[in-house]
Amino acid sequence: MSAIEVSTLEKSYGQLKAVDGISFSVLKGEVFSLLGPNGAGKTTTIEILEGLRQRDGGQISVLGADPWKKGYQLHRKLGIIPQGFTFFPKATPREAVTYYSTLFGVKNDPDAILRKVILDDASSIYFENLSGGQKQKLGLALALVNNPELLFLDEPTTGLDPQARRNMWDVIRGLEKEGHTIMLTTHYLEEAEVLSDRVAIMNHGRIITDGTPAEIIEKHGSGERLEVRGDEKLADYVREKTGFDVTYHNGFVSVRLRDKRDAVIALSSIDQSGLPWKDLKTRHDSLEDIFVKLVGGSIEEGGTIKKPSDKSEPIARANN
Amino acid sequence: MASLRRVLADLKVFVRGYTRSKIGLFFSLVFPIILILLFGAIFSGGNGGPIKVYVQNQDGGTASIQFVKLLNNNSTTTVTLVDKAQDLSQYLLAHSADQGVLIPQNFTQDFRNGQLVNVTVFSNPADTSSPIVFETVSAVVSQMNLQGATVLYHAGVLEQNIKSQSYKYIDFLIPGLIGFSVLTSPMFSLVNISSEYKKTKLFKQLSLTPLTKTEWLTSKIIWYVVLGIISFFLMTQIGVALFGAHLDYAFMIIPFLVIGPLFFVSLGMLVGMVSKSVESAAVVGNLITFPMMFLSGTFFPVTQMPMYLQNVAHVLPLFYLIDGLNQVMIFSNLGQALFDLELMIVLSAIAFVFAVALFKWRED
Repeated sequence: MSAIEVSTLEKSYGQLKAVDGISFSVLKGEVFSLLGPNGAGKTTTIEILEGLRQRDGGQISVLGADPWKKGYQLHRKLGIIPQGFTFFPKATPREAVTYYSTLFGVKNDPDAILRKVILDDASSIYFENLSGGQKQKLGLALALVNNPELLFLDEPTTGLDPQARRNMWDVIRGLEKEGHTIMLTTHYLEEAEVLSDRVAIMNHGRIITDGTPAEIIEKHGSGERLEVRGDEKLADYVREKTGFDVTYHNGFVSVRLRDKRDAVIALSSIDQSGLPWKDLKTRHDSLEDIFVKLVGGSIEEGGTIKKPSDKSEPIARANN
Repeated sequence: MASLRRVLADLKVFVRGYTRSKIGLFFSLVFPIILILLFGAIFSGGNGGPIKVYVQNQDGGTASIQFVKLLNNNSTTTVTLVDKAQDLSQYLLAHSADQGVLIPQNFTQDFRNGQLVNVTVFSNPADTSSPIVFETVSAVVSQMNLQGATVLYHAGVLEQNIKSQSYKYIDFLIPGLIGFSVLTSPMFSLVNISSEYKKTKLFKQLSLTPLTKTEWLTSKIIWYVVLGIISFFLMTQIGVALFGAHLDYAFMIIPFLVIGPLFFVSLGMLVGMVSKSVESAAVVGNLITFPMMFLSGTFFPVTQMPMYLQNVAHVLPLFYLIDGLNQVMIFSNLGQALFDLELMIVLSAIAFVFAVALFKWRED
């Protein structure tokens, strides 16, 4: 049973096609992530599903309704954290939960809800004095007030420090265990990999691939790789000498291995190059490798795409 | 359907935030009181009995004599007649006098024929009693106009005195500053809130709850009405206690204290909604607020201003609010107040409907 059905959804802003005919579905009880860099169309997509924006084309159904036409009724069944959640600066989390409970006409113990999102220790602090992580948790608490069937979390951990982010993941995992259907957007690969049952990778308004993280790696991955720290010159040398598929990314030279013998050949070629290298390891493709392959770069902390040639780590540092 | 429960929940959160931030309370309650103390102290000197007014009656007809009589027969002004042969403005200069009134030659004839005829008031803008003379002359004129309509049927009512009380500057200042407060607190606050909430997407968030736009706006209006009433009591009490202001209290004051905030909350909302950014909203808000703040009779009666500025004042909504309060609290002229009120109701209805219509929770 699907909680969300999207078919050939389209949305343009002037000349820009923000969402370019995407289709996917989210099953009841699963955590589904839209993963992609800034400007991929994630927020536009999720806001259309939340009923905050009107689509230009395609069909959508959220809990069986059209969110643009039936938004007011639908919102009683949804829990939503918009991107960059904010609240009245001089209100406390407990007051905020009480306020939302009254608006939704439901009876709640504010402290119980704040405990659920691990914010009970800050229940009387003004919103303006909460940390970034605490603010996001309040957003989540407010999204839970009406005991929603479906949760939309738009970049729930953007801008948080790693500790606060992991903290938030724990809360989201807890909600998943309770059986909530969750759709989230993120530009953090690890977040998508850790939290989601299924992921759709989005770029330039299109979904490039989707499935469980394991399915995506299986489908687009390239098996085992040998990696050393080194510079681009080393990558070029090994490629020329061995004819193997050699890539350079972020200070790492990576060689695709077809069988064990390739490892010996690659390693002796690396040694013969006379160029500096260190940190030998072999590994399988991660979701990040697939992402880099499909999107053409990795995502930086801020959510922008970093192309492989943008920044090469000086080999001197690799040698230290 | 609008829900009172949601309006009150929103009101509670808003009032908490408002009172906790202190700045809003300062500007809506404390600041107007500071203005009363300041202006009250500055202008509290000149109140030594009736003001001497030099009147030159070039007409001499019955209506002009009645006019002079009315101007003389009250405790605000006493009349000294000036000979017809004199040039009045030269005469005033020569006698270092500040207040003069010229009744033109054809006054009685035009008045009886129902044609527009003006008396000219000479005054010194720097003199604090000038506005009082203006108001008194205006009151006499309007009384004569009222009686002019009925004199054909009811002879003998001509001797009725105009309100026998001397108006002081503070009497005008209190309703003016109540108007000032009813204008500034909702305007500045709503312009800021609406543009800020649009920018931070707080409106978008609220749109995800069952709260409606009308409910949200209603809770703001309720708060500014309450604030207006509180500031009304504070200001009148201080004005009466410290400066001996003479004010009438009538039931008619209440609708003004309700309709004023309703209008300016809606107007502030409109400005915030049509502006692209918080900064441009502030600029547009100031462009609308400042002329009203100074030209609507807040700090001094509008009649003291040059004619072209008086014309400007007549297109400013705040003018009708303050004029209405003046009519009730100073002149006890409920008829004129009712006209002002009706006008404010129409303007407010328009502003409210536009504010709700242009108020966007979400984007297309």
